[in-house]
Amino acid sequence: MVVKRHLLEAADLDRDDATLVLDTAAQIESALAGREVKKLPTLRGRTVVNLFYEDSTRTRISFELAAKRLSADVINFSAKGSSVSKGESLKDTALTLEAMGSDAIVVRHGASGAPHRLAQWVQGSVVNAGDGTHEHPTQALLDAYTIRQRLGRLDGVRVVIVGDVLHSRVARSNVWLLATLGAEVTLVAPPTLLPVGVGSWPVTVGYDLDAVLPKADVVMMLRVQAERMNASFFPSAREYSRRYGLDARRMGTLPDEAIVMHPGPMNRGMEIAAEVADSARSTIVDQVGNGVSVRMAVLYLLLGGAPGSE
Amino acid sequence: MTILIKGPRPYGEDAVDVLVEDGRIAAIGDSLTVPGADVVDAAGLVALPGLVDLHTHLREPGREDAETVETGSRAAALGGYTAVHAMANTDPVADTAGVVEQVWRLGQQAGLVDVVPVGAVTVGLRGERLAELGAMADSAARVRVFSDDGHCVADPALMRRALEYVKALDGVVAQHAEEPRLTVGAQMNEGDRSARLGLTGWPAAAEEAVIARDVLLAGHVGARLHVCHVSTAGSVEILRWAKGRGVQVTAEVTPHHLLLTDECAESYDPVFKVNPPLRTEADVQALRAGLADGTIDAVATDHAPHAVEDKESEWASARPGMLGLEQALSVVVQTMVEPGLLDWRGVAERMSVAPAAIGRLESHGRPLAVGEPATLLLLDPTHRATVDPAALASRSRNSPYAGRELPGRVVATFLRGTATVLDGKAQR
Repeated sequence: MVVKRHLLEAADLDRDDATLVLDTAAQIESALAGREVKKLPTLRGRTVVNLFYEDSTRTRISFELAAKRLSADVINFSAKGSSVSKGESLKDTALTLEAMGSDAIVVRHGASGAPHRLAQWVQGSVVNAGDGTHEHPTQALLDAYTIRQRLGRLDGVRVVIVGDVLHSRVARSNVWLLATLGAEVTLVAPPTLLPVGVGSWPVTVGYDLDAVLPKADVVMMLRVQAERMNASFFPSAREYSRRYGLDARRMGTLPDEAIVMHPGPMNRGMEIAAEVADSARSTIVDQVGNGVSVRMAVLYLLLGGAPGSE
Repeated sequence: MTILIKGPRPYGEDAVDVLVEDGRIAAIGDSLTVPGADVVDAAGLVALPGLVDLHTHLREPGREDAETVETGSRAAALGGYTAVHAMANTDPVADTAGVVEQVWRLGQQAGLVDVVPVGAVTVGLRGERLAELGAMADSAARVRVFSDDGHCVADPALMRRALEYVKALDGVVAQHAEEPRLTVGAQMNEGDRSARLGLTGWPAAAEEAVIARDVLLAGHVGARLHVCHVSTAGSVEILRWAKGRGVQVTAEVTPHHLLLTDECAESYDPVFKVNPPLRTEADVQALRAGLADGTIDAVATDHAPHAVEDKESEWASARPGMLGLEQALSVVVQTMVEPGLLDWRGVAERMSVAPAAIGRLESHGRPLAVGEPATLLLLDPTHRATVDPAALASRSRNSPYAGRELPGRVVATFLRGTATVLDGKAQR
């Protein structure tokens, strides 16, 4: 990571890279703990652009806070109502932002691979803040951070990821990162919401949530969009919820120490019941807080050196 | 005009001299001497009949910024082609006698290859009702190949009627086999790589299901069917089965499907985005075997020029398609000739004779023999060069072979005795 310029996908990270990000996040967190002014001077004079082609208030705010807490200048560029809506290409937008002096572009885009294209066109760093149905690497890093914080380890931790894996960039990033960090990942979903080709992933695949919960240390629930119902990925929201939703009864079958995660935003009552989301097992609020620390670590590691150096 | 071609090896066989007079091969023999003839030194070069492409997008009318009939013709001649079938998905669509005659006339004016228009099967390529196929067949363009390429004639009843109707025209329906409901939003081959890259999958079954349906329909009504750009191992199996049952079906494969796999998508560089998509190594091997044993009749380029802005984007918003005319023969040399899957007669069969027969082009795909049209190419098979998109004659630059070293260089191309390419340079 020290020698890398971009964070494009979790699949790119080796164990040392990933551990360095988590350790750096922990250091940043302890450095800021108890401080009245939660700000480090590290990226003073550097400019971070949040280039968001999709609405994602929470991710954008998290990156914005992370950059600001490192004293970087932050520009938020939303595709709506900008030159993009007048037909400007991704390349022209990126070159324009760079010409204005951006050092890093944090990009959220509906097209898989958009950050990879961007990285070919610009000199500065590119951070993938979610691309299509491909990856969302900082989400996986904050999830790994949260698991380690709660359970004290990642090696051998049994993680069950439940839901719309097919369309989920969160699931893809978590699969690669958690496997790299030594966790044992099981995917549970209706077969319609698993990609053809999932057999080549370093995971176990199952269709029966009840069968895997008693052996899970972590259950990660994915957001399921009700629109999927209209494309016959499943018959009805109710049937989905019955077969793949996490309710209080199912939560009761988990081992005592097991935690429940969700990347948000949640559909309460669909994939996760309110009493589960609000329970002591739930790390959902921790994940949000940890997201800022992990994103600070990523920006610090990518941009922390002197301007112009790698 | 008399030209003496000294020392070429017809079909890679023994070296001879070839005398060209009045557009025809006047003599073939050893050590011919003809006073006053223009002499072309072809020592060591392989002579083949001029290549025929069943599947070229020339973009004119409508997208002259990406390619014109003239620039595409030049690219074709440089690739050793003497005839190309110009696909119908222009703007306006080539679905009337007027448009196909316009394209045909532009080809005549360019004068580098015979530009043979393909007529749309349905009005506006919309798949709703038949275009005036008879009017296009009877026009000056003499259309024999009909295709909605880019779109599948998905409605089975309409496809049946099209197959039946063209029987009266000695025509053929060239189907772009893609079940539309199975490929909504599809970006690349569905498999291990699409799963990881998060690009919506284009399943092999979406191609194979349509081919299976169409060979059954063609057999049922006794019509000719041609399958465009076959891309999967399963399609090859279905075609083999259909031919075994006597169905009048022919098929083509593109150079890129013979060489490249979905691994190319890993870069997210849309120069590798094409429809049907690049498939797996197993598919590539099955396509080569199918081309070798004749299950696949022809190589066709699916030459698809695109303007820079249509490719310099994120993968999902880029247009599908890649250039092919100038490198097709080189790719066939690398994937088929060098591994011993096809000899030079086989290359002539798959790239000239068979496509000319499918398109009903009487003066193309003829043998290299006395009295035949002097429509041929000279290839240096030992030459190897790295592909530089900026050096291509096409108006576009979307070559998937950029930076790749490929064997074979077309040194000269002759169309009815006139050199369209000499010393590797277009003559007009």
